[in-house]
Amino acid sequence: MIVSQRKSYEELLLHLEGLHTLFLIGCSACATACKSGGEEEVDRMEEWLMANGRQVTGSAVIDSPCNINRTARDLRDHRAQVDEADAILVMACGAGVHSVALKSGKRVVGALDTLFLGNIRRIGQFEEKCSICGACLLNETGGICPATLCPKGLLNGPCGGMEDGKCETDRELDCAWCQIYDRLKSEGRGGVFNRIVPPRDWQRKLPPGKLTV
Amino acid sequence: MSRFSEQLSAGKFVITAEIAPPKGVDTQLILRQAENMAFVSAINVTDNQGANMRTSPVAVAATLIAAGYEPILQLTCRDRNRMALQSELLGAAMLGVENVLLLSGDHPGFGDHPQARPVFDVDSVHLLEAVHHLNAGHDMSGRPLSGAPKFFAGAAAMPAAEPFELMFQKFHKKVLAGARFFQTQAVFDAEKMSRFMAAARPLGVPVIAGVLLLKSAKMCRFLNERIPGVRVPPNLIERLEKAADPLEEGVAIAAELVRQAHTECQGVHLMTLGQEKRIPEILERAGIFC
Repeated sequence: MIVSQRKSYEELLLHLEGLHTLFLIGCSACATACKSGGEEEVDRMEEWLMANGRQVTGSAVIDSPCNINRTARDLRDHRAQVDEADAILVMACGAGVHSVALKSGKRVVGALDTLFLGNIRRIGQFEEKCSICGACLLNETGGICPATLCPKGLLNGPCGGMEDGKCETDRELDCAWCQIYDRLKSEGRGGVFNRIVPPRDWQRKLPPGKLTV
Repeated sequence: MSRFSEQLSAGKFVITAEIAPPKGVDTQLILRQAENMAFVSAINVTDNQGANMRTSPVAVAATLIAAGYEPILQLTCRDRNRMALQSELLGAAMLGVENVLLLSGDHPGFGDHPQARPVFDVDSVHLLEAVHHLNAGHDMSGRPLSGAPKFFAGAAAMPAAEPFELMFQKFHKKVLAGARFFQTQAVFDAEKMSRFMAAARPLGVPVIAGVLLLKSAKMCRFLNERIPGVRVPPNLIERLEKAADPLEEGVAIAAELVRQAHTECQGVHLMTLGQEKRIPEILERAGIFC
């Protein structure tokens, strides 16, 4: 899932300057799961906005605002409330903000920062294990991604900062290469250690990504 | 061929030292530091060391060459993508640089620009391969060069790192990628150095042992806490703590480490952090005369 986090209220106030009436949009998928844009958070946002002198014309928690057509449909269902607002405050990831901006034609205020593609450890605890790089190396690394888990994204083994299997950037963090080494050893294979992995081909990750199947 | 590479291939025990470029354009600062290093085989010039922004090491290396010294240009993958790295290397070659030490680089989070984007487009293994290509007359994309450089390329080793086998596979990849010499991180553990050299020796690439001059117990604690890959053992910290003159004790420790390196390695890399004047004394006390 896409992990997002609400911007600070101080920052939000800057983005809301001169905007008096707002329509709110949440996301019933990722932003609900990471408690940044579900029903509960949309309600709390509404209270905060009113406490800060804004009017809220209405709200909708959309099933995946990243779905452009579904977002268009839900906006149509709330047309009167949307039209009445100075802007739409979107509590979804950047993809959701884009859908709303595209299909509403109105000014949008993104209320969240989009952080990463996250695995869920337990409720409310998310960890980045894949950075969507477009050139997957996992078959050679025992399913552990060095491009994501190594802060330098090194492809050919640990850097000189590894100490007792820990990372130089955070001594609490296990070195990604040490995890890969232990895993491959337990699988009884050399995997990625058997060859020099060539430099990454960044052409595979040139934004904006596009795929038709 | 650089003097440094000639000395190594002749089996001479080499001495290297290092200069950190200034943050600024004070050329005299560099030359004053170099004055105390006249007798070393080559002088490493660090590249934004510790992820702190400094003057370009290429400019400092060229300044040293003009003054008659032989530099080892350090280049990290932290701040430049593959185009900038190759371009920098070719520029350095134009200015007379032959020895290069190719590194991944400390993470920007350690330095004075922690908000900078870490580049790491390529790693130290790739950079060694890139230099191999440049020497052969073409770039990483296979395009021909008009005039090829003659780099003598080395890499870093971390003999004391654990797990040993994991560290050693990276070392081996660097050998395969064309490393012609290694300079190690500061090592204080004789046993670990011996274990490393026993594994490294058969690969046939000279290893220059890193010796860091410890100036006080406080400095050791700072190194242990803040500097990646450097671990000062408790017994040495205790010696410095008990010493009437800690710097004097540090010089004695450095001499012991140099003496050990002399039996195991092909040279020493002395990191003296402003105490370059003590280098001759360290060598003399270690029984090495230049």
